[in-house]
Amino acid sequence: MAEAVDLKAIGTRPVRPDGVEKVTGRANFGADLNLPGMLHGKILRSPHAHARIKSVDLSGALAVDGVLAAISGKDIPGGGDLGDNVLANEKVLYDGHAVAAVAARSAFIAEQALDQIKVEYEVLNPVLSIDDAIADGATLVNESQHTNGDTSQPASNIAAVTKFERGDVDKGFAEADAVAEGEFRVPTAHQGYIEPHACTATINEEGKATVWCCTQGQFDVRSMTANCLNKQVSDIRVIPSEIGGGFGGKTTIYLEPVAVKLSEISGRPVKMVMSREEVFRATGPTSATLCRVKVGAKNDGTITAATAWLAYEAGAYPGAPVGPGCMSVLAPYDLENFRIEGLDVLVTKPKVAAYRAPGAPQSMHAMECAIDDLARKLGMDPIDLRLKNAADEGTVAPYGPQFPAIGLRACLEAAKVHPNYTTPPAEGQGRGVAVGFWFNIGMQSSAEIRIAENGAVTIMEGSPDIGGSRASMCLMAAETLGIPYENINAHVGDTEATGYCNTTGGSRTTFATGMAVIEACEDIIAQCKERAALTWELDVDQVDWEDGQAVPKPGVNADVKPLSLADIARSAGRTGGPLLGRASLNAQGPGASFSVNWTDVEVDRETGKVDVKAFTGVQDAGRAIHPSYVEGQMQGGAVQGLGWALNEEYIYNDDGVMENAGFLDYRVPVTSDMPMIDTQIVEVPNPSHPYGVRGVGETPIVAPLAATSNAVRDVLGFRINDLPLSPPRVLAAIDENE
Amino acid sequence: MGDYAYAAPTTVDSTVELLSSSASSGTRTQVLAGGTDVLVQMRSIDRVPRLIVDVKQLAETNALSIGEDEIYIGAAIPSAILNENAELKGKLPGLIESADLIGSTQIQGRATIGGNLCNSSPAGDTIPALIANSAVCHIVGADGERNVPVEDFVTGVGTNCMADHEFLLGLRVPAPKGNTGDAYLRFIPRTEMDIAVAGAGVRVTLDDGGTCTAARVGIGAVAPTPLLVPDAADALIGTQVDDEALNAAAAACSAAASPISDKRGTVEYRIKVVGVLCKRAGAIARDRAKAS
Repeated sequence: MAEAVDLKAIGTRPVRPDGVEKVTGRANFGADLNLPGMLHGKILRSPHAHARIKSVDLSGALAVDGVLAAISGKDIPGGGDLGDNVLANEKVLYDGHAVAAVAARSAFIAEQALDQIKVEYEVLNPVLSIDDAIADGATLVNESQHTNGDTSQPASNIAAVTKFERGDVDKGFAEADAVAEGEFRVPTAHQGYIEPHACTATINEEGKATVWCCTQGQFDVRSMTANCLNKQVSDIRVIPSEIGGGFGGKTTIYLEPVAVKLSEISGRPVKMVMSREEVFRATGPTSATLCRVKVGAKNDGTITAATAWLAYEAGAYPGAPVGPGCMSVLAPYDLENFRIEGLDVLVTKPKVAAYRAPGAPQSMHAMECAIDDLARKLGMDPIDLRLKNAADEGTVAPYGPQFPAIGLRACLEAAKVHPNYTTPPAEGQGRGVAVGFWFNIGMQSSAEIRIAENGAVTIMEGSPDIGGSRASMCLMAAETLGIPYENINAHVGDTEATGYCNTTGGSRTTFATGMAVIEACEDIIAQCKERAALTWELDVDQVDWEDGQAVPKPGVNADVKPLSLADIARSAGRTGGPLLGRASLNAQGPGASFSVNWTDVEVDRETGKVDVKAFTGVQDAGRAIHPSYVEGQMQGGAVQGLGWALNEEYIYNDDGVMENAGFLDYRVPVTSDMPMIDTQIVEVPNPSHPYGVRGVGETPIVAPLAATSNAVRDVLGFRINDLPLSPPRVLAAIDENE
Repeated sequence: MGDYAYAAPTTVDSTVELLSSSASSGTRTQVLAGGTDVLVQMRSIDRVPRLIVDVKQLAETNALSIGEDEIYIGAAIPSAILNENAELKGKLPGLIESADLIGSTQIQGRATIGGNLCNSSPAGDTIPALIANSAVCHIVGADGERNVPVEDFVTGVGTNCMADHEFLLGLRVPAPKGNTGDAYLRFIPRTEMDIAVAGAGVRVTLDDGGTCTAARVGIGAVAPTPLLVPDAADALIGTQVDDEALNAAAAACSAAASPISDKRGTVEYRIKVVGVLCKRAGAIARDRAKAS
């Protein structure tokens, strides 16, 4: 890792490369692409939460003037569960599940044609909660689903069970002087990205398709679409647009294979744009959960044992983020004895998708509430209790690996002396503290650095920018090359224009793609040194790269002027051709990011309304490349977490039909609901990254749930276990307790 | 959306004529003022094409007068205009606040009190405030003009007393006299951009000794229509509008409420909170009356 010396570009806050295009409205998002002769595709969705499809008759739709194609589940031949989610085959598994699609000359004709499609359903019982799903004799969402694939056992809605265990939990609890425990429910929540899913697809007579779409990962769209259509990845080119928010929700596909298929049948480009209602009903939110946790400690605060039973709704197909939920639940603590069990549970709701630190907010809500109760029982400050047990460098994480340098202790210590913490909450307000964690991921990235004739630098990489990553790439390139930020631009390439990159997710982009950019810059520097050596008739090891220019090494006797990047670029034709740097890697050691959050709240005891009056987040960024975007991630994550804690939830009626599929009644916070989200960045460099970067995008959503619950507990004097802390729930609890 | 027809007549007579001919020919017709409800419904709830009759071009629907006895508010005046009228806001602060609660600043550039009333939602924010202020609906149609008290205007969820050939010209509000004050409060889980879970409007007149001589209480979002609650008014009249009286008025509002449980709140919650809002709005109205 580079020494923390004289960083010139990193840590500054320049304007982002994509800023002007966005603030002037020029930037193109998923729905902005139009092609000559283009048709509009629309999807017919199930009105039932659970039903067997007896027949689908498309003839009525095809008879409508202006309709050029109509398809149903059998037209999406591959993809397994993914393909079945894109267009249902045997059964519909949630309200809003796609059943058929049409392409027509206008969106209105397409919509009217949907009414002419006849679907015969045999309606089945919905399965709407974990309790219902795991009860004896429960209706099965999938009759051939056996837990962990064990067909010797009866079919079950429990798709998988995960376990982590260490030490002797019974012995640990026997040694405890105080124990806190509880059962906590967190509702289904949607990412709420402002841009609905949208794509345009066209396919030619050779079977080569081009797809324009908003996505967090063009390469995953390519492989998933290919899978669904039984095509090769090389048959499909995917061009990512600017993206109006993803938060994990745009790491999978819904529309793309449908648009390609409709294009294939009609011979025209087909555009598909979801409505907000479709986004809520039919794209992946994150799991509702039921968590039972228990934690015990000695009077001095030493935690002696902890257990967590974590049940996550997967939606209609297996794949709840229960694994990460299990990994995260006790990650902040150095423990001898624990047992963690996680269940992946099928219900008749949309298949869940990733949402910012998938799985961690739910399990850590439960555990951080219990830790707060434990601190009360012990009479300890909640930060002191966490400091007493904090995981640190060398701690073996509950999920296996040994932590390298991590910043939890540094965050707790920074919080302890923060003026927002040392100042008590205002009269009538309560305060809650919680810790957040996300392990982060590395994975594969590629980057190319191209040098123009004037020395300007173009970065071409493949990670869609959802949080200002192009600015971070430019800053790391500026730092590495020793040139001004303004001389660099970064682009996100399509699948044919750039090397493979895994999807933007897991807070990996600044870490992993950043590492590829740095290595590509180092490749350029090596080439520049060779070109300078050639020009000066020196050996390459007699040349250094300093402040953006080639210079003879100290002691080398050469009467030459330094050669800047522009100098070398200008004469590149005479020294071997254009300068092109590249790197591809599978980044290891992403480095976990910990946070400490606290919030002060007020509760209106007559209406049950919770007002968040103050919020502070402290988080380890390893190294903040662009501090404004790190702070932006901390603030954005906090607001999403607070929204989930306060009002956000999917509301279903008894038939399993979603009742609040819109932003009016799916209540994300509005700006005036929120206080200023105060931030403090802690920097404990990640030893695996050249500049010490840790991913920062996901950790911020984790702690606000429990911090809010704990603050409400503080002000009310009793705990409300379940979220959201919506006014009706809070008022009912107040009435019950008074 | 399909093919819509749009007309923006410039006189009351031609508007009535258009509405009457549409009604007799069975043409589906919708009157448009600001359009902030109509356009949303056209895009999401009911996409069947229809004739839109825009009444914003009429002088009568844009008339605003503040008289000795009566304040007249044209049905198509955007609430942003009302909001910026200091004299009006001084006289009817509660009513203007109720309009100011609807939508964002941008929406208020179009949204109207008349439209809010004609949308006839149980949760329309201006309606309890209009009821509290004894507002009267000035309606015109093929049979001429008529005046209907606001509490009799809304007949059910999304329905009102107007015939197909009629439309709302404006609202007549008795000008406040003496020590009179009004207030409207609603409950939403957020701070703005939301629909009332419950709402309560109160107008009181006090004598020089602070005793309440007249009162009106309207409540919203707790029954199929916004309601006038005479029992709540009776609980205030003859009192100093103190906590005891306000609690009695609150209880009367809770008793008058017959809400449903839905995604926005439970029956129990709404019954309780509508009382809380009445109590709080009553205290504000009282203080405003004293200061007037």
